[in-house]
Amino acid sequence: MALVLLLFFGVPLLVVVAFSFFDYDGINTNPAFVWANYAELFGSKVTLALYLKTLYFAAIVWVITLLIGFTVSYFLVFHVRSVLWQMGLFLLCTVPFWTSNIIRMISWIPFLGRNGIFNQALMGAGITHEPLEFLLFSDFAVIVAYVHLFTLFMIVPIFNSMARIDRSLIEAARDGGSSGGRIIWEIVVPLSKTGIALGSIFVITLVMGDFFVVKVMSGSHSASVAMAMSNQIAMVQYPPAAASAVLLLIIVSLMVAAILRVVDVRKELAR
Amino acid sequence: MEPGKNSASARGAIELVSVTKRFGDTVAVRNIDLKIPGGAYCCLLGPSGCGKTTILRMIAGHEDPTDGDVLIDNENVVGKAPVERGTAMMFQSYALFPHLTCRDNVAFNLKVRGVAKAERQERALEMLARVRMREFADRLPAQLSGGQQQRIALARSLITNPRVLLLDEPLSALDEFLRLQMRGELKRIQTEFGISFIHVTHTQMEAIALADMVVVMDQGRIEQADSARHVFERPRTPYVARFIGGQNVMTGKVLERRSGAVLIDTGGKQLLVSAPETLPEIGASFGIAVRRDRVRLQRSEGAPAGSTLNSIGGRVSALEYQGSWLKITIEDAGGEDFVVNEADSTFFATPVEVGDIVSASWAPEEVHYLSAASVSR
Repeated sequence: MALVLLLFFGVPLLVVVAFSFFDYDGINTNPAFVWANYAELFGSKVTLALYLKTLYFAAIVWVITLLIGFTVSYFLVFHVRSVLWQMGLFLLCTVPFWTSNIIRMISWIPFLGRNGIFNQALMGAGITHEPLEFLLFSDFAVIVAYVHLFTLFMIVPIFNSMARIDRSLIEAARDGGSSGGRIIWEIVVPLSKTGIALGSIFVITLVMGDFFVVKVMSGSHSASVAMAMSNQIAMVQYPPAAASAVLLLIIVSLMVAAILRVVDVRKELAR
Repeated sequence: MEPGKNSASARGAIELVSVTKRFGDTVAVRNIDLKIPGGAYCCLLGPSGCGKTTILRMIAGHEDPTDGDVLIDNENVVGKAPVERGTAMMFQSYALFPHLTCRDNVAFNLKVRGVAKAERQERALEMLARVRMREFADRLPAQLSGGQQQRIALARSLITNPRVLLLDEPLSALDEFLRLQMRGELKRIQTEFGISFIHVTHTQMEAIALADMVVVMDQGRIEQADSARHVFERPRTPYVARFIGGQNVMTGKVLERRSGAVLIDTGGKQLLVSAPETLPEIGASFGIAVRRDRVRLQRSEGAPAGSTLNSIGGRVSALEYQGSWLKITIEDAGGEDFVVNEADSTFFATPVEVGDIVSASWAPEEVHYLSAASVSR
């Protein structure tokens, strides 16, 4: 087990770190130990802009998937009475995952496009007179695709921790005079926080590391950290790409650490 | 909004009027009428599925009756929320909030009512002191034993000053030792607060020991609602007599009427027993109960069953030593068990052994007549 981890996880990571210190002159990569790649990375204004843009996507997608994930889970756990219906609806949530990510994402294009179904429906209904331009190849489209792709990663862990809440707690709170909103805020949310934390980790790391959705859905109008990296790799600029990867890894690790600091997932899972 | 004093003993009187509860096709509670006086300790007693928890939940406001009314202090509360009813419920699993400390658990219902933080913390500590849990204020429920968790649950229910406390099998999760201890504690707290306690249980001795009023239930009906002493000494029906225990129940059809006695056929044997002044008809159902500790055991070979008044003969089939007394089970001619509880001193003076032929008899004044209608049912 340790060997597998070392071979498939440890070694590649070391190679990336090693590469980030290599020297390169635009054509050739030479083994060396130079800080130039990092100096270039931190010296560039683009780096900050890219991170801000990526964090912006991550934040918005996190909030939306959290709201949807929590609401859907709450509905499934506390409002759907029969277990059969509960499992049926839960499986329904997973149906889109039977097709590939790429197909699911690309299928938004004919829907949101300038002459797409959505625009035609809006115009047909007389709500708009000309096609909405911001629907496709925009930040909006990127966020729609992210939310569609990643909400399930929020639903599953939240559903799981919510399903373990003893129903009599809800009844006890109601018996004591709590309103529905207070029960959600003071009982359900605190007791679902393991699921919320795990779901948040999934969604945030997925968005932070994505380049494909941004590329396709923004029509290359927007960029992300990983997209810049992929461009560098395409141009065989391995050392700067490696340096960029190391920085991203550190930042995402810090974000995950911050989430785990707020919620002690291991303690909660053992509960 | 909340009544401030606990002194009025009339607080928390409950009345159920023709209450029926159906869940789909199953009837959980059938047309029940019940009056529980304010400040009473009332036990709803019955086997699982008899409808006792449903009644509790209807009083609490967690279920609505399909038909009928629930009155608390003469006010119809059907459709009202638990808070408006002035009831509080203690759940079987205690339902403590696992993420809150004991103090916050107890203070939770005050928080809901908008009591300021300093005040609710203080009142929570006060309440914790009353259930002798003050030093555990900052622990989480998972760090407490079952008995301690129950005290916290009790404190949480009582802090809103309810007029009725509803307890759903409160002692069932505890071991024998703690159960006896908490039983005393519940009674002490009920007396101290002077409010009604409605306590659901399936344990007879628990009900007998605690309750001012015992409501024995079976299949959604009330079999008997009476003082603990009456339920034990004068069960109305064979079901109550058997369920409460401590009684030998004999039922059968009347074969012959004699002066002050009837000969009955129990199915496997004939018995000559005392009868009330107005003798039952021939062929009618007739049933009596005799307390196990009021029966005398004769060591000599017993007279054949059915020939002597108020006596039964058989073979000792089991002996159980209970310390201060012995439980002697006799298998009679009809193959039914008859139990005699005999004081240890009497028993050891002239002991019997399993397999001995004996007879048991009782005085006519020890015969308790069961209601005829219930016997034939």
